[in-house]
Amino acid sequence: MTDHLLKFDNVSVIFKIGGGLGLFGVKRIVALNNVTFTIPDKPGIVALVGESGSGKSTIARLALGLLRPTIGQVLYRGREVSEWIKSNKYRFRREVQAVFQDPYGIYNPYYKVDRVLYLALRKLMHINDSGHAKSLIVDAMKTLGMRPEEVLGRYPHQLSGGERQRLMLVLSLLIKPRLLIADEPVSMIDASLRAIFLENLLELKNTLGISCLYITHDLITANYVADEIIVLCHGKIVEVGNATKVIREPLHPYTKLLVDSMLLPDPRAGRTIEAASIDVHRLSELKPEKGCVFRYRCPYAMKVCAENEPDLIEVGDGRRVACYLYEG
Amino acid sequence: MLEVVDLRVYYKSIFGDYKSVDGVSLSVKKGEIFGIAGESGCGKSTLVDGILRLIRPPGYIRSGKVFFEGINLLELDESRLNKIRWSRISYIPQGSMNSLNPVLRIEEQATDALIEHSDLTKNEAKRVIEEKLGVVGLPREVLRSYPHELSGGMRQRVIIAIAIALNPSLVIADEPITALDVVVQKSLLKLLKDLRDNYGVTLMFVSHDMAAHAQLVDRMAIMYAGKVVEVGDTEDIFYNPQHPYTKLLISSIPKLEKKEIKGIPGIAPSPLNWPRGCRFHTRCPWAMDICTIYEPEMIQIDGVRLVACHLYGESGKKN
Repeated sequence: MTDHLLKFDNVSVIFKIGGGLGLFGVKRIVALNNVTFTIPDKPGIVALVGESGSGKSTIARLALGLLRPTIGQVLYRGREVSEWIKSNKYRFRREVQAVFQDPYGIYNPYYKVDRVLYLALRKLMHINDSGHAKSLIVDAMKTLGMRPEEVLGRYPHQLSGGERQRLMLVLSLLIKPRLLIADEPVSMIDASLRAIFLENLLELKNTLGISCLYITHDLITANYVADEIIVLCHGKIVEVGNATKVIREPLHPYTKLLVDSMLLPDPRAGRTIEAASIDVHRLSELKPEKGCVFRYRCPYAMKVCAENEPDLIEVGDGRRVACYLYEG
Repeated sequence: MLEVVDLRVYYKSIFGDYKSVDGVSLSVKKGEIFGIAGESGCGKSTLVDGILRLIRPPGYIRSGKVFFEGINLLELDESRLNKIRWSRISYIPQGSMNSLNPVLRIEEQATDALIEHSDLTKNEAKRVIEEKLGVVGLPREVLRSYPHELSGGMRQRVIIAIAIALNPSLVIADEPITALDVVVQKSLLKLLKDLRDNYGVTLMFVSHDMAAHAQLVDRMAIMYAGKVVEVGDTEDIFYNPQHPYTKLLISSIPKLEKKEIKGIPGIAPSPLNWPRGCRFHTRCPWAMDICTIYEPEMIQIDGVRLVACHLYGESGKKN
């Protein structure tokens, strides 16, 4: 038995662009750089936060087996994901479920939304009796506070984005996966339904023990649902720790910048936009070729930061940070 | 400065009219940052298009008045309206940072826009745009760049520079920070605030993001189902919301301290067929019989607050 559900072991992903016919230079883009983290085999929500282009979605694709690492291993319960897909695809798909930004693509527009649920029950759970399937679906919807009569029998375009997204959680409730990979699941949903979705996510964790890798750019929702936060900057993990602690006391300068940039939904909370002062006006916001990935934007950058890349080191309290400010 | 009176903007369809904006009245004071909040489909963007008369078929303006500095924009002829647009009122459309022409340098696009809407010569236009780039915090070299060479935040700054180039007194920005990274969002909010504080621009800020409103706007209107349901000072809206929809909306936003959040169950109604009576009654936990029959009128309570709800009676007190 293994102690982890999902484990990224020194994973790097390098995309090559160009180089047709060997006449032109091949451009290498490092999407992920030596990423190591574990989602333990106990109910929990791990948030992966970072800006666009930080490699968040690449991690989601690796975890789902939609992409293979260039270097390193992605393990699900002790076996490589690519091996699961090869030898035991249905079982892997049942145990690791994806929730994407807009689930519209999951549904066939010519069929009612119910079909996705029935199909999943038949293919993954081997429930062929439609009466039995229906009662399971209705129960699952009620558990998550949805009204079956308002949703079942409709076509995908007749539901709101939030409703379609919550149906994905109903699906989770039906097939009881061990792990959800949720890539920006609430960024397209209105606030009033986002709250319900987040509550549902917590409920799946608390009642069914379903873990989740919650990928987001939004620290406030990450803080709300997650137990642990992983901060990703230019394809590299720069900080890991307990969600509340990371947000209360960010260690890495990049995490500090993210926390300072949070827009708080509170007009009395300092109107903190006064304090925003980071040089975003430079023409090149490219990542450095060498040294710490954040050094161009870091107010504390030192000489050493330009020379070498800091390792992710343990700093106590279950926290890890990759920054020379915390070394030695 | 800007007064909208009972504006109705509909879209024709074979099923009937989509009543996207259905009787909106509001006024924006000179020098303030006025926010318009609401969830998708509530009519925010259509309202802005209606104010600027940018509605194209099958959309049409059913009725209403839009006064800008005393002139009813809806009665102006096209050429006079064109003079006012951009030079007096300017507009930052949703997603406009992605609508820059990819094969033209910023300089050509910016100067073309200015020449089109003013009597400036090419050289004058260039000088103006150089100055405004400074205002939005971009170096002059940006003029020689193509859009793809700039980050999303920088492109949005370019758009803002073009929008304020002719010194408009009113800028209407539709979702100007959506789809940008948090760090950039914050610096853009600061820029918008600076435009008001340092250059006296009146700003109408349209966004679904309540946190952005909390951080930027002075006063705000909450829209639901094609109507404004509440108008008030930002602090009052967040700390003492009156309309049930506003209350539930505020309590659905996650805060930093992990207090429980509650969503609003149910589905937003369709503009094709708004519910009879109060449009929120289908989802409102406080709904009464009267709410299903009569539409509540906008009334004034505690001085400056406007709210459209039957819970608040004739006297402006809770029944």
